[in-house]
Amino acid sequence: MHRPGTLMKTPMRSDRRHLLLGGAAALVAAVVLRPGAALALTEDQAKALIDKAVTDVNAAIASGKTGQALYTMFEDLYMRYADVPTIARSVLGTASRTASPAQMQAFTLAFRGYVSRKYGKRFREFSATRFEVVGARKVKTFIEVKSIAYMPGEAPFEVLWHVSDKSGKNLFFNMIIEGVNMLAAERTEIGAMIDARRGNLDQLIADLKTAQ
Amino acid sequence: MEKRFGLVLIAGLALSGCAGGPQSAEPGGFNDPMEGVNRKVHGFNKGVDTLLFKAGPGQPRSIDNGFTRAVSHAGANLSLPGKVVNSLLQGRPEPAVKNTFRFVINSTIGLAGLFDPAGTSFALPEQDTDFGETLAVWGMGEGAYVELPVYGPSTARDAVGRVVDIAMNPVGSVLEGADATAASATRVAGKVADRKRFGGVIESVLYDSADSYAQSRLLYLQMRRHQLAGKENDDAQAWDPYEDPYAQ
Repeated sequence: MHRPGTLMKTPMRSDRRHLLLGGAAALVAAVVLRPGAALALTEDQAKALIDKAVTDVNAAIASGKTGQALYTMFEDLYMRYADVPTIARSVLGTASRTASPAQMQAFTLAFRGYVSRKYGKRFREFSATRFEVVGARKVKTFIEVKSIAYMPGEAPFEVLWHVSDKSGKNLFFNMIIEGVNMLAAERTEIGAMIDARRGNLDQLIADLKTAQ
Repeated sequence: MEKRFGLVLIAGLALSGCAGGPQSAEPGGFNDPMEGVNRKVHGFNKGVDTLLFKAGPGQPRSIDNGFTRAVSHAGANLSLPGKVVNSLLQGRPEPAVKNTFRFVINSTIGLAGLFDPAGTSFALPEQDTDFGETLAVWGMGEGAYVELPVYGPSTARDAVGRVVDIAMNPVGSVLEGADATAASATRVAGKVADRKRFGGVIESVLYDSADSYAQSRLLYLQMRRHQLAGKENDDAQAWDPYEDPYAQ
């Protein structure tokens, strides 16, 4: 993440210990300074991110593409605007503690496709919906962007987006539609899938690749 | 009518007292001591839904057209007087006034509620409320989660509210005989139309989830708490996966 390795690879003739110390110092500095850096995300930046994401989602829906072609577009947008590794880890819950890095990577990839298919279908129902970003405020360590969805013939409803820059980029990690928290809903779903497979993560990953 | 209302209210308060236990489980969590029974009821409800409403293979799950919308509007229109009463019981005159105007406009130029000119031309969307919310405003705790036969996800408090709403229905007390029956039939038809209009979401939860019971419970409680609180949750309960990705 913070690549102390790049420092260590710097061609230097001096002793290895000096290099290691330098690398360690860089790592410590990166870790310690990180929380300060995390506050750099402003409410306006978070609003701008969600504005762009909503515009791109609307454009994808308006493209007229359907099925897998549309889901692929959503998957690209999901990767561009959402912190997928953090979402995947949170959704996997306690099972992510025992998962190997390779399993985590495979799960994140499978989860990405599953989310694009599942929510891609839903988003089509929002095709005539207009989203308006109305505000943002700080919550805990992140920014909450508030948008109102105007659906023809329905009472307007609230969609909240939680945005953070802790991944190193400004990305959203949760979406709350009328109180329904996507991280919580998917935590329940993935948890139930793991239980049904008696905790077998590899089986879950295999099945998630085709799950709707 | 008044006597019946009073009896229901007393029975309801007694029932919610019985619900006992921690009135609201840990914030964001749920209190479901009757999960075994609830899961059986859920299985029954799912069976009923499969039999009556589930889209066949290859058929669209959502049917949102002029007809289903008209039926849905007509049914919802008849629920407005009850919502006005509840808003007043909650000491909230603004939604009561809005729903009154909405009812008058849609019952007349909206042709008995088949159309929704109030929502589309007068910026008067429905202000949703019910007696469950009135009880919450009066300070009653949420109580245990329950899944009611046919009606679906609820809580002890909302189940009481449901019964009271049916008993005090102002439309039913004004109309008599065939008119009252027609009004009730319209409301049921409106619910059926809603089931088909939102079939995509409903069927994805019921038939695509790994655990449809757990998913319905979560969605119901989140939506309901959001509706009653007027906001998602308080900030202390917000999910922050960066604080501790594992503990969330």
